[in-house]
Amino acid sequence: MTYFGNLKPTIGKIHISKDQCKGCGFCVEYCPRDVLELSEEFNIKGYHPPIVKNEDECCYCQLCETICPEFAIFVTIKKEEDQGEKVESRS
Amino acid sequence: MKKEEQNTEKNPIEEILRMDRMPHIWCPGCGIGTVVTSFAEALRKEKYDLDKIAIVSGIGCTGRVAGYTKLDSFHTTHGRAIPFATGLKLAHPNTKVVVFSGDGDIAGIGGNHLIHAARRNMDLVVICVNNFNYAMTGGQVAATTPKDANASTAPYGNFENAFNLPYITEAAGATYVARWTALHLRRVTKSIQEALNKRGFSFIEVITPCVTLYARRNRLGDGLNLLKYYYDMSEIQHGADTRTLDISYQGKLIVGKFVDKEKPTFLDAMNKHLSSVLGNKYQIYGDNND
Amino acid sequence: MKKLKADPKGVLTGSHFMDGDYALAEGGLAAGCRYFGGYPITPSTETAERFSERIPYVGGVFIQMEDELASIASLIGAVWGGKKAMTVTSGPGFSLMMENIGLACMMETPLVIANVQRGGPSTGLPTLTGQQDMMQARWGSHGDYEIIALSPDSPQECFDLTIEAFNLSEIYRVPVFVMTDECIGHMHEKVVIPPAEEIELVERKWYKGPKNKYLPYKNDTDGIPFMVKVGDGYRFHTTGLTRDERGYPLLNAECQATCVSHLIDKIKDNADKIIHLKEADIDNAEILVMSYGITSRVSIKAVQEAKKAGIKVGTMQLKTVWPFPEKRVKELAGKVKAIVFPEINAGQVVLEAERVVGDKCEVVSVPHYGGWVHDPNVILNAIKEAAK
Repeated sequence: MTYFGNLKPTIGKIHISKDQCKGCGFCVEYCPRDVLELSEEFNIKGYHPPIVKNEDECCYCQLCETICPEFAIFVTIKKEEDQGEKVESRS
Repeated sequence: MKKEEQNTEKNPIEEILRMDRMPHIWCPGCGIGTVVTSFAEALRKEKYDLDKIAIVSGIGCTGRVAGYTKLDSFHTTHGRAIPFATGLKLAHPNTKVVVFSGDGDIAGIGGNHLIHAARRNMDLVVICVNNFNYAMTGGQVAATTPKDANASTAPYGNFENAFNLPYITEAAGATYVARWTALHLRRVTKSIQEALNKRGFSFIEVITPCVTLYARRNRLGDGLNLLKYYYDMSEIQHGADTRTLDISYQGKLIVGKFVDKEKPTFLDAMNKHLSSVLGNKYQIYGDNND
Repeated sequence: MKKLKADPKGVLTGSHFMDGDYALAEGGLAAGCRYFGGYPITPSTETAERFSERIPYVGGVFIQMEDELASIASLIGAVWGGKKAMTVTSGPGFSLMMENIGLACMMETPLVIANVQRGGPSTGLPTLTGQQDMMQARWGSHGDYEIIALSPDSPQECFDLTIEAFNLSEIYRVPVFVMTDECIGHMHEKVVIPPAEEIELVERKWYKGPKNKYLPYKNDTDGIPFMVKVGDGYRFHTTGLTRDERGYPLLNAECQATCVSHLIDKIKDNADKIIHLKEADIDNAEILVMSYGITSRVSIKAVQEAKKAGIKVGTMQLKTVWPFPEKRVKELAGKVKAIVFPEINAGQVVLEAERVVGDKCEVVSVPHYGGWVHDPNVILNAIKEAAK
C-alpha cells in the first residue's frame, strides 16, 4: 500500500453470506478492482459463492453490495488495526 | 478475532428486509433484488422514517417485493396495486406510498389504473420493474415485450408493438418520469430519492434482466450477458422527448430522467378548489386525519 | 367491542323526505364513513352524487375512480389507511368487484358495499328493479369464504341497515353488503335521522399492544384478529395469498385449512348474533311467507288477503339474508305446512330454504324475472295453493 503523506485510501472489508448466494457472478464482474472471484466450493444450494481474491485492493466502493440481487455481500470499512504494515510515502 | 467481528457486523440492508423470509424466490441473476437494494439505499441515504412509508405490490415476481420489505406492505391483486395505493394515500396522506410492481402488473392488466393515477397526479411513487414479460407465470408475452422477441405465448416471435412506458405516463400527466436499467445502480437510487422527495405522480421504469425466462427463451445468455447488453446499448439522454424512447429487440436503450415538473396533486387540487367554492364551510382534508 | 358515538358533522339529524340511494349515503356518513370510491352505475349513482355533495362539509374524500375494479381496490387501501369506507354499485359493477371482494375477505378488511340491484343478467334492465344478485353476494368471488348481507325494505332501513352494516363489518372484519334494489333506491319516503348521540357505532378493533409482538392474523379471544393501520410503526405485511398469523404467505394445505376455516367460522359461529329477522304471527301459522327487501312490502297485501280468506299465515322478513337463518328456518319448517318465498329473481335464496328444510315441509318459490314487483295476487294464489 502506498500512502501519500497523511492521505489514506479507505480499505473495505468484505462480508459474504455464502449460503444466500446464488452464484450470478455480478459482484465478480463489476468489481472495479478485481477483488472477487467465484470459488470452487459449493454452498448449501450448490452454487459457487464468491471469495475475496485480493483483499487489499478493495476500496470500499460498495458496488458489489449494491448490485448483489441476493443481499448476500456487504462491505464495511476495514479498521486501522487490520490494515497491516504501513509503507513509507514516496515523497 | 476477525471471524467473530465478521459475525457481529450486519448487512445494513437487514433493517429494511424481512430476514426471516430470506432467501427470496427470485432466480439467480434476476435484477429485482438489485432494484430492491437500490431502493433500500435510497431510503438509507434520505434517512427516511421507515414508519412513514408503505409499499404496495401487485402480483408477479416483482410483486413479491412487498413481502420481503420490513415496512407496512401490501401484496394485492393483479393490476390493482395503483388504485389500492390511491385509497391508502387518500386515507392516510401522511404516509408516503410506493407502488413496487412489474411491467405486466402495472402496464398490462393495470394499464387503465396507471394512466388515471397519472392523470390525477396522485402523490405516489411507482417503481415499475420491466423485464419484458410476465415472468412469474412462465414468461408470457407482455405489453412491453419488444417486437420479434420470443415468449411462451408468442413462440414464433412477438408481432405486437410494445408500450413505451415513459411516453404513456408523461402523456397521462406524470410529473416525474425516469427510466434506468438495473445496472445503473446509483442512478436508480438517486431517482428514487428524488421521487420520494417530490409530491405528485412519479414513475420510474427500471429495466431488469429476467434470466430464467426472457433471456433463456431468446437465447440471450445469463444475467451477466443481459447486464452487458445494458452497458453496451444504453445511452443517457436526460430530458429526451419521450416519443423517441421505444425499445426494439436488443436495440438501443435510452435512459435518463425525462420529466421533472411540478403540478398540484389530487389532494392539493381538491382542497384548493373546494375551499374556493365553499369557503369556510369546507372541511379541509389533510394530514390531521387520524 | 368498543362503542363510540357518531360524529355529529356527518349526521343529518331530522325528518327528511329522501330516496333510498340518498339514505344509503346518509347512513354511511352517519356511521363515520369518510372515504367513498365509486363509479356511476344506474340505479345507484344518486348515492355517489349525494356523497360527493356532502363529504366536503363533513371532512373526508370522495373520488370517482376509473372503474369498479379501481373503486373496490381503493376502498381496501383506504380501510388499511385507517378510514371507514363504502361504495355503491349495481349488477354489472358488482360482478367487476368480485376479485377484490375476495381480497377484502382474505385480508379481513371491514368495508361496506351497497348493491342497488337491477334486472340482469348482463346489461339487463338498468332502470328497473330486480333482486337477482343475492346468490352472487354470497358466492360471487372465487374460493371459500363467508360474508354478511343485509336487505333493507325502505329508505329508512337503507339508513338504519347501512349503519348496522358498518358495525357488523368492524366487529367481524368482513365486507358487508347492503342488498337493496332500484325500487327502494329510487323510492322517496320519510327517513328520520336521529341525533348523533343516539347512534351507536362500533370502533375498529385496534391493536394496542407492544409493536414487536403484533401478529396481524392471530385471533383474539373472540376469534377475530386485531387490526392496525399504516403509519403507526407496526411494519406489518398482509397479502391475498394464503397466509399465516404473521401475515406472510404460507402455501400449503395446513395453512389453507387454518386460514379458510377461520374466514368461514368467524361468521358461521356467530350467526346467531348477526342474524336479524322480523317475524310476525308465527305461532300456529300454517303457511310461512319468507321474503326480503321490497318483496316484503309487496307480500303484506297478499298476506292480509290470505288471512281474510281464513289461512293462518306467518311472515319472516330476512333483514339479514347472509348468513342464512338456517336454524330458525329448520325449526319453523317442522311447524308449518309450507313456506312460500317470493323473490324478484328466478329463485335464489329459496334454494337455501329448500336445502335447509329438506322434506320437513313444502317450499314454494314465487319467482319474478325482474323489471317490476310482484302482483300481490300471484303471491296470494301461491299461498292459497300451498294451504290446500
